Amino acid sequence: MATKTIRLEYLTRVEGEGSLVLDVREGNVENVRLSIFEPPRFFEAFLRGRAASEAPDLTARICGICPVAYQMSAVHAVEAAFGIEVGGQLRALRRLLYCAEWIESHALHIVMLHAPDFLGFPDAIAMAGAHGEAVRRGLALKKAGNALLKLLGGREVHPVNVRVGGFYRVPTQAELAALQPALAEARENAVAVARWVGGFSFPDVGRDYEFVALRHADEYPMNEGRIVSNRGLDIAAAEFEAAFEERQVAYSTALQSVLRARGHYLVGPLARFNLNHDRLGGELLAFAAELGLRPGCGNPFRSILARAVEVTYAIEEALRIIDAYVPPREPSVRAEARAGTGMACTEAPRGILYHRYGIEADGSIAEARIVPPTSQNQATIEDDVRLVATQGIHLPEEELREQCERAIRNHDPCISCATHFLRLEVRRR
Amino acid sequence: MTAPRRVIGLGNPDRGDDAVGLHVARRLAARGLEGVEVREATGDALALLEDLASAAHLVLVDAAAPLAAPGRIHRLDPLSRPLPREIVPASTHAFGLAEVIELARALGQLPARLSVYAIEAAEFGAGAPLSAPVAAAVERVVERIAAELVGG
Repeated sequence: MATKTIRLEYLTRVEGEGSLVLDVREGNVENVRLSIFEPPRFFEAFLRGRAASEAPDLTARICGICPVAYQMSAVHAVEAAFGIEVGGQLRALRRLLYCAEWIESHALHIVMLHAPDFLGFPDAIAMAGAHGEAVRRGLALKKAGNALLKLLGGREVHPVNVRVGGFYRVPTQAELAALQPALAEARENAVAVARWVGGFSFPDVGRDYEFVALRHADEYPMNEGRIVSNRGLDIAAAEFEAAFEERQVAYSTALQSVLRARGHYLVGPLARFNLNHDRLGGELLAFAAELGLRPGCGNPFRSILARAVEVTYAIEEALRIIDAYVPPREPSVRAEARAGTGMACTEAPRGILYHRYGIEADGSIAEARIVPPTSQNQATIEDDVRLVATQGIHLPEEELREQCERAIRNHDPCISCATHFLRLEVRRR
Repeated sequence: MTAPRRVIGLGNPDRGDDAVGLHVARRLAARGLEGVEVREATGDALALLEDLASAAHLVLVDAAAPLAAPGRIHRLDPLSRPLPREIVPASTHAFGLAEVIELARALGQLPARLSVYAIEAAEFGAGAPLSAPVAAAVERVVERIAAELVGG
């Protein structure tokens, strides 16, 4: 038998619906196609004609896991078009809101979706019997993120409190202070979960990725920064479309994004860590090293360590922001619509998320462009699968499938977001 | 303090019959059953884990997948077996009720008494009210739950 097809019909423990097809000829992996069959969602089209002020709430509906990322990229893009800047405590509250989403999203992926891969369980439910404490801690972490999100966003799922210019309502000092004990406990849970994850064994895979992430003058990036890479990319968000190109592939309802100059690249926690480790502080960087994560790491399986470090960071950062909080006099700054184009890029839990809006003089949206992290990682995920499948080509089919699925889950793909994204099919010929 | 008896209605208030659990919870709350805590839950299903762990007798009310008979009431007993997928389907987007109950079972956090009332839905239109057959089932579910809690 010279040819073979392996099919993963429904990828599990990923958000949304997609599949993977591997074509193997004479023992060589010829084709890897990650296809996303979530139906197309036409967000960019139906945003046209709507008020730019609606963009944060409309685009938040793209994702139930990372709505804050959509709200943040949307408000910053619209504010760029309107020529307004949101600073001081309002800016700090936006960073705090982003911390909440990182905590919630990363905790879910680390414990409920990704950890079972390292411990040989089919899912978190099967894993919970033997690793109950870790699961409880992970869920407690997620809960702390939820509570923060609910306070700042108005509700846990699809928050509604962000507006162009700031917020509809800002929290009181007392409301934020009430969350401090839960966050202090969350920090202990994050450290315990990180140590648990640090004890996993990691497949020996090293890739020479081009990492792309935001870079800010003095912060670990969330809302703001230049788009940089380890190969010299250094651009403003407004230059995104000049540097990156979205391509259509026939087998997927998601577009694939590539760097015009060099092709495939990686966004997300591993890229952020590698490009911004010096913004984490010495203590956390030492903790990362203790877990087995060092700057320059190209092992996608170790991305779970980067998430664990980032959860810890997000909790500490949230506590710092709460400590320094003084309620602003107004919940938002005045935002007057004007014609123009605004672009913004922020760091969603899964990597950079780009928005551009062309806005008419009456404040309505003429054109919208949204490039989510999963479509940027799609081609790189295929490369990872190709490498893992090539190394594991002689494995029994069931193990090969497992390895391929793991290679995908390393990147916490958010399929619904990417749809405009999983089944594994391996065809051996 | 003894662990509480608790009813939680689940659903999305803005998606037609998906709101049926919330309607049932509101009617039960209005009855003011002594020693029974009634709540509505519209958010993250994983948050139910704590409610499962901390109750002595928990009743969950949710809309079921549309099957043959809209408004038909299924009383499910997750302590004896996992929730049937054809009634409480899984999602590729989030952890659902069935997963959360299984997670609680694995963690040894199920309450001593647990029942799930699943009401077969007809439609989930955005902004739609309950469909007639599902609206008609609300009072019957309320009666059955009240009888279960008071009787037990």
